[in-house]
Amino acid sequence: MIAELGLAVLWMAAALAVLQLVAGALSLRPATAHLAGVVRPVAILQGVLVACAFAALIWLFLSTDLSVKLVAENSHSAKPFIFKLAGTWGNHEGSMLMWVTIMSLAGGFVALIEKRLPENTLIATLAGQAFVSLGFYAFLLLASNPFERLPEPAPEGAGLNPLLQDIGLAFHPPTLYVGYVGLSIAFSFAVGALVTRDVGPAFARAMRPWVLGAWIFLTLGITAGSYWAYYTLGWGGWWFWDPVENASLMPWLAATALLHSCSVLAARNALRTWTVMLGVVAFSMSMVGTFLVRSGILTSVHAFAVDPTRGSFILALLAIYIGGALLLFGLRASTVTEGARFAVLSRESSLVFNNVMLCGILGIVLVGTLYPLLTEAMGVKVSVGPPYFNPVSAVFAIPMMMVMAVGPVLRWREDKGGRITWQVAVPALVSAVALLAVELLFAPNLLPALGLALAPGLAVASVQPLVGRNLRRTPLPIYGMVIGHLGIAVALFGMASEGAFSTERLAAMNPGDSQQVGPFKVALQDIGPVAGPNWTALEATVSASYAGGEPTVLHPQARTFANPPGNRTESALLTRWNGQLYAVLGEEGDDGRWQMRFWWKPFVPMIWYGGALVALGGLLALLGRVARDVKRLVAIDKIAYRRERQGR
Amino acid sequence: MSDPAPKKGPGLAVWLPLGLFVGFLALVVVGLYWPADREVSSAFIGKPLPAFDLPPASDDRPGLATAQFKEGGKPRLLNVFASWCFPCKVEAPQLAALAQQGVEIDGVAIRDRKEDVAGFLKQYGNPFKRIGKDDLSQVQLAIGSSGVPETFVIDGKGIIRYQHIGDIRQEDIPLILRKLAEAQ
Repeated sequence: MIAELGLAVLWMAAALAVLQLVAGALSLRPATAHLAGVVRPVAILQGVLVACAFAALIWLFLSTDLSVKLVAENSHSAKPFIFKLAGTWGNHEGSMLMWVTIMSLAGGFVALIEKRLPENTLIATLAGQAFVSLGFYAFLLLASNPFERLPEPAPEGAGLNPLLQDIGLAFHPPTLYVGYVGLSIAFSFAVGALVTRDVGPAFARAMRPWVLGAWIFLTLGITAGSYWAYYTLGWGGWWFWDPVENASLMPWLAATALLHSCSVLAARNALRTWTVMLGVVAFSMSMVGTFLVRSGILTSVHAFAVDPTRGSFILALLAIYIGGALLLFGLRASTVTEGARFAVLSRESSLVFNNVMLCGILGIVLVGTLYPLLTEAMGVKVSVGPPYFNPVSAVFAIPMMMVMAVGPVLRWREDKGGRITWQVAVPALVSAVALLAVELLFAPNLLPALGLALAPGLAVASVQPLVGRNLRRTPLPIYGMVIGHLGIAVALFGMASEGAFSTERLAAMNPGDSQQVGPFKVALQDIGPVAGPNWTALEATVSASYAGGEPTVLHPQARTFANPPGNRTESALLTRWNGQLYAVLGEEGDDGRWQMRFWWKPFVPMIWYGGALVALGGLLALLGRVARDVKRLVAIDKIAYRRERQGR
Repeated sequence: MSDPAPKKGPGLAVWLPLGLFVGFLALVVVGLYWPADREVSSAFIGKPLPAFDLPPASDDRPGLATAQFKEGGKPRLLNVFASWCFPCKVEAPQLAALAQQGVEIDGVAIRDRKEDVAGFLKQYGNPFKRIGKDDLSQVQLAIGSSGVPETFVIDGKGIIRYQHIGDIRQEDIPLILRKLAEAQ
């Protein structure tokens, strides 16, 4: 019953999306302008309905309704509650329903609160949002129905892939999805603005909080995903340039560029066409990423929902939406008048430089991800990995971070070099000293050395915009920028330190044996069985003492799952302020010794602390912007109220 | 880059994103509907064996050198293995079966110790004519092998004719025999 209800509600939501699109499109013509009044309520109702459908699917998973095919294929009655919940989106159909849900809720939310844009631009935006949603409704209802029943209820479910049975998974995909799909709002804003030829500061200010919100979620999702891969895959690495990872990085890069060009457009009315194009590109990257992952066109180590017929469907959607939006862009971009001008040395210029570099990185990630496909079409097989991505992205990232250190202290429109001598000299000096110290003391490889030198300088530079300001009266978005940029410096330091100083130790050990790993002395004390809710495991007891200090006990596990059968290593981490000890239990050898693998990774957690700081910076900026908007709305209301009373 | 629309009317630059996207579409359409063979094959096929001269890895078998493959005669198998490699143990009966049918097999033991190799051969049988000891995986890398076990078909002139990645299963034996026949 719940399943049929969910399906019915989903069809109704799709029908409302049709209405939203048609009414919105018609209302742009003077003869049928009265239809505009329908669009907002329909958008809100559509969001509510699709949320109900998603709630129905969650209910089916939580109650393990095995007559539903999706539940039977992806869940199991003996699974812990949190993984029953996460199982809802740990599969293709459920995750697509989540996609549509977020998309429609976001559209409904825009309809509910957005009051700043000219009404016809907003209606065009909502029509655009409905148009995009419709494609995904069609995909769900025609090619991936999540509510399909089995002819006979299954006796038991097939369970969830053990790799996905991790607390990280409960939060990681929803977070990323809010980010991916949140960018659809920017896409629709861009399309709406192109349709009504209305690109200006008001458009940028209206779009900015949405981009910021989506970007915060993307940042968190990527950071959490990186940590998840780091500790569940047991390989000790934190980024693999895997197609799935690249699929999440590309929208982030585009959204970061968009965020910065939005600022220019909002503050200075410049970069109009460029901002609109980025609005289209950011969500396009979300869709391209989804396509690359779901179609199975690229083989990825963790693609979990691969199906070529679905690939064709998503490909058609891509062609319609991205192709259509870029066609519209080509036709209309030339009619968007040129924005304000600026000098070479100005805040605008530094932001343009940042944009170009971000797009450069985006380009090389996209090319690297597609390159195997390109050469395959020519009959050569290659795989592209860190030896390509690391140095080539650094070519763009390093100049970008140098400019990032200077940009925030530059003035809008035009600045004089002499004014900022100190602001440039101090970080440059810090970086130079750091580079010298690193080279003399450790002499690591080129890229880690550059990272270790750049990070402290960037950290100093990122707090400079606060110097000489009244800290209490500094607006929140400035704090947001400072903390966001500081987060980049922190993450860069973690990455460089991991690259430069990690030590690895692989050893076959008997209980009682000990090994030296970096500053740690680790001893294998015991190995024994333990049982969890739906797994059993061999668990090693390892004591680790840092530089002769008090030992800490670690428990790396090799877990065996029964439903479905599978194995997973559960690495054990010991986090100190200056790094992490990473322990993995391997297989037992013929001679009864156990393969143990240890890494000492100095300052590696900084990577994720940095990511969290970047997201926090975004959050502060968002709060500041929203607070200011609310204040403005309240003021406008007051004025209107006063006028009304006086008029009476 | 300040604003892609220059004053002299619409530039072609505004069509660039669409152009790139069409290129992307063409690429993925080809990739999706005419997928190439996904099997990874060595770039070394058709090339002569690189020069190497390995010391013996076992007391009762000689070591292995490139020159021995160039003496003419029938095609041979070159098996890359290690005593610490689990799939190599699974593969042993298939190698024994091939050896029994008169196939000559040479081995390269990767990153191994003599006593471990001896123990491995004693327990799982010794199908090899010669076994070279490759302590630094140099030969393994030089012939384009990325893991253990892997098996190469080498013809009488020392040319690499076929590469089998992973362990040889029961069902792979006919394929291996056919590749050997083709290399005659």
